[in-house]
Amino acid sequence: MSLQLSEPLQKTVDALTENFSDKVIEVYQSSGDTFIRVEADAIIQISTFLRDELHYVYLSDIFGIDRYTSEERFEVVYNLLSLKTKARVFIKVRCEEENPELESVNSVWPAAGWNEREVYDMFGVFFRNHPDLRRIFLPEDFQYFPLRKEFPLLGIPGSIELPSTTPDND
Amino acid sequence: MKLTDIQSKVNSTFFKEHQKKLYQSLEDKHTSIEEMDDGDPLTTKMILNMGPQHPATHGVLRLVLQLDGETIEKTKLDIGYLHRGVEKIAENKTYQEFMPYTDRMDYLSPYSNNVALCTAVEKIASVEVPERAHYIRMIGCELARISSHLLWLGTMVMDAGAISFFIWTFKEREKIYDIMDRIGGHRFTISHSRIGGVANDLTDEAMSHIKEFVNTFPNELRDYHKLLDRNRIFFDRNEAVGVLKTEDALKIGATGPVLRACGYALDMRKLAPYARYNEVDFDIPTRLEGDNLARYYVRMEEMSESIRIIQQCLDKLPKGPVRADNAKQAYPSKDEVYYSMEGMIHDFMMTDTGICPPDGAESYHAVESPKGELGYYIQSDGTGHPWRLKINAPSFTNLQVLENMLDGEMVADTVVIIGGLDPVLGEADK
Repeated sequence: MSLQLSEPLQKTVDALTENFSDKVIEVYQSSGDTFIRVEADAIIQISTFLRDELHYVYLSDIFGIDRYTSEERFEVVYNLLSLKTKARVFIKVRCEEENPELESVNSVWPAAGWNEREVYDMFGVFFRNHPDLRRIFLPEDFQYFPLRKEFPLLGIPGSIELPSTTPDND
Repeated sequence: MKLTDIQSKVNSTFFKEHQKKLYQSLEDKHTSIEEMDDGDPLTTKMILNMGPQHPATHGVLRLVLQLDGETIEKTKLDIGYLHRGVEKIAENKTYQEFMPYTDRMDYLSPYSNNVALCTAVEKIASVEVPERAHYIRMIGCELARISSHLLWLGTMVMDAGAISFFIWTFKEREKIYDIMDRIGGHRFTISHSRIGGVANDLTDEAMSHIKEFVNTFPNELRDYHKLLDRNRIFFDRNEAVGVLKTEDALKIGATGPVLRACGYALDMRKLAPYARYNEVDFDIPTRLEGDNLARYYVRMEEMSESIRIIQQCLDKLPKGPVRADNAKQAYPSKDEVYYSMEGMIHDFMMTDTGICPPDGAESYHAVESPKGELGYYIQSDGTGHPWRLKINAPSFTNLQVLENMLDGEMVADTVVIIGGLDPVLGEADK
């Protein structure tokens, strides 16, 4: 399928494929949004390049996706916005099921801090060199990652300590 | 006395590991620039836990502050006390079934949330929305914006010390609730928007109430300005308090009025117009100071811009259907459901399977909610349930700003700064 890119997005895709030809895996469009999948080990260089050269200064969001496949199970998506060209682009990286680990982009966009914590909390994707990687919604005592597909909707009984309903812990 | 000694005194029964890591993280923050004072901790340093049950935190927000006298040295936020896992729930519901949950995300402006979900689903499933529905949605969204900003105004001014003002703004919010009641039959969690349009047309009664509100509200707004704009106490509490520097605002990822008060005119209604925002005339108010007072001005001007938008919508409101006439994409009208067999089958199918976007399709759509950029990312697997639905909540984004903003402020200003940021924890905690 041929891509129908607006001018700033075309520039972004061209610049990325030119400078990181072996790191860009695929570029595709869906419902009018542009997704660029890149190698996980190049995320810092590509992020820095996008911020400094292509004006993607605003990190809107980072989120994870559980693809539930045997290979490259987890996907992390960076939602970037360029205020100069009004273009929005999504950078995707994938990581394996066993010990999913990525480099933190906190040094590029400090806004990534909490979003990466959320991905860690929900999917268990670990971010290297994150200044404060703790769970964000669930308590640290919780041992599961709820947005993984195998986690049941109703939760796991006994997985979390709840306050006793009787006074004085009787 | 070391902070770890203070920690051991914090007697917590639950989530021991969580508490331990939270205090550890507070201790680790800015360690490179900090010199520990070994004086009496009671007179100089203390750790103050604010919340989660604190009236000024607008919900269940917990702040762990390290104080030196009255100055905040560093802060850590603990959120998640209202975590319900709506993204997990969304994966097990049809798109329409999920909509009432969005009401309960940012419960101060439910209409914007409904529209955000609907526009995202319409984008991924290529649903055409009738003109009239677009305009009704815009009216609803702008009313929700005024309603949310009125609550912010009342509580923020109350945090700064003026209690009676809260009742003034709630008088006006009450009118918006009445309008919402007449639009969709619910005062609070309205769920009026539908995928492919809206649930029902505006009745004459609702129209007359909206018109009356649009005519009377500017006077009320003028009264608020009269009370606050030259108010010495209000100025002293807000000027140069909670300053977010322009160069930091983008980096930390502020959104909505917080970002606009720092000088960036980033507004999804202008950046990527949805509904019919490209056909109405409005301005994006901005300020350069980045303090609490700037946020006050931005939000106050946004309210008058909203009135402008509603007036234009009322003038332009086209005639026609309010929901897409395609049984595969939207609910049929109740007349069809009650009086024709096909209508009933279609209604049943919409409820049972719902709308099915193509397999593997992905889309992100953001609207400008009163708090900032509210985006829905949807990935479909071809069934009626989303494979992944991610909500980009503006309150979550802005609370991260708070963690950086509070350092160096006075402890008495904390509640005013939180009030000025206007987070809603239902949204931040998902």
